Amino acid sequence: MNTANPALFQASDLNRHNESVQRRYRLLFGLMTLLLITPVLLILGTLVAKGGGAISWEFLFSAPTDGMRTGGIFPALLGTVWLVTVALLLSVPIGIFAAIYLSEYAGDNWFTRIINLAIINLAGVPSIVHALFGLGAFVIFFKFGTSILAASLTLAVMTMPVVIVATRESLQAVPQAFREACWNMGATRWQTIRRVVLPNSLTGILTGVILEVSRTAGETAPIMFTGAVFFTPFLPQSVFDQTMALSLHLFVTATQVPGIEEHVPFGVALVLIGLVLTMNSVSIAFRMWLRGKKKW
Amino acid sequence: MVELATRAATTDASQQAVAAVPNKLEVRNLTIRYGSDVALRDVSLSIREHEIFGIIGPANAGKTSFLKAINRMDVFTSGMRVEGEIHFAGRDTRHLNNVYALRSRIGVVFPLPVGLPMTVYDNVALSPRLRGINEKAELDVIVQRCLTRAALWDEVKDRLNALGSLLSGGQQQRLTIARALSQEPDLLMLDEFSIAVDPVTTMRIEDVLKELRQEVTIILVTNLVQQARRLADRTAFFLGGECVEIGVTEDLFTGEVKDQRTRDYVEGRFG
Repeated sequence: MNTANPALFQASDLNRHNESVQRRYRLLFGLMTLLLITPVLLILGTLVAKGGGAISWEFLFSAPTDGMRTGGIFPALLGTVWLVTVALLLSVPIGIFAAIYLSEYAGDNWFTRIINLAIINLAGVPSIVHALFGLGAFVIFFKFGTSILAASLTLAVMTMPVVIVATRESLQAVPQAFREACWNMGATRWQTIRRVVLPNSLTGILTGVILEVSRTAGETAPIMFTGAVFFTPFLPQSVFDQTMALSLHLFVTATQVPGIEEHVPFGVALVLIGLVLTMNSVSIAFRMWLRGKKKW
Repeated sequence: MVELATRAATTDASQQAVAAVPNKLEVRNLTIRYGSDVALRDVSLSIREHEIFGIIGPANAGKTSFLKAINRMDVFTSGMRVEGEIHFAGRDTRHLNNVYALRSRIGVVFPLPVGLPMTVYDNVALSPRLRGINEKAELDVIVQRCLTRAALWDEVKDRLNALGSLLSGGQQQRLTIARALSQEPDLLMLDEFSIAVDPVTTMRIEDVLKELRQEVTIILVTNLVQQARRLADRTAFFLGGECVEIGVTEDLFTGEVKDQRTRDYVEGRFG
């Protein structure tokens, strides 16, 4: 019965060579991945080791005293929440609507291409340039003064490309055949967007928004000149007030306050990075939850 | 022998009956260009009410472009230019402002089934909802009727809330047909519907189409000449953007043909 050629499945020299080359490449890629996560682990490890001791209820929820050397960071934490919230309220609707226009309505012509190029360039502008733009435009020209509004507007302009790009990409990920099936039934573009495209791109859009949150929370330069201050004894009451912010507070405690205990700036950094990581985890969890409902 | 004789008899009868039926669609001097390429050249034909009109021909014959021009989907294809006249139900569609009304009266089935990423129920209820029907009871009736007519109801009646895009290929294609029927169309256009469907399902869909002929006019674009022979009352043969021949389907296979290329194609002696 056994008529199979025994040599058929024996490894040839070429087989063995290919196999060993492939093993070496896998090793190389694996090492690079390890190298990549090393700084992340080092940063997190250092922060937890040196700043973990600073974290307490009092640290999170009371005001700094003795020229930032003691007390807590509550005004800065609250200020960051203010800045991020107002920036999102401004940039998310505009960004999503613009992305819908670019992806679903605009034709492929020179005008659209210029707009797309502008968005990519906007994402590449250094944050200090955005800061000076915000100072000139919102603080001075529009006379908002150094305020949460001016700072948030600056942050919104800076992070808008994140929302636009994420939204546009998740819209484009919806197969064209779905749109065509809908148009063929006599649906308008908006009906198609509303009933087929948007429900299936919501995950990506929300992921983009959450990524924007983490980016906005960490920015320092754009808010330095436009609304955030080193220290203020007052909590912000409205968007026209100045505020403290975590990122700036970190800069201040790390460089501007002589004789400060080491665990304070590390603690601030730990809170900031914890905030960002929490947002990212929410985003990942949300994506996983929605992926469970994969639709095609 | 008997079957052949009856077939010939019915062909004669339908030919006579057909002469009195008004035209559903009249196409005059239709030329379609993509940039400088001509996809369809100077096609004139008319399609009668309640007939199944077959269009056969190899790839790049202009069959799909022809369908796109009829329901004005050309506006979504950049570079596609349409010249000539297409009269649908007496109106020149080339100069129609309300293209949405036109498209909603024409059901389209694509080569690859497109189950929209929503439930089976919502797939079929979508078109009624677009027309403003939102009452659950009314939608229920429409959904059941359309799924039944598309020969899918028995298979999905217990999972109307399953995702339409996760049904099998053959089921999705029948879902697409049910969705097209939910538009209550005057005209149904099928573009090589059996390409991704198994033979058994194909036969079931063909039976469905035979019944539907009572109510709607059908344009059946197909690669399978035998499918056209089984279903179509009249058939046009497109080749390289040219309408080579239009005639009673059976004539293309057995009767007189104007052009030898038609006979070569239907008998598989091509290229």
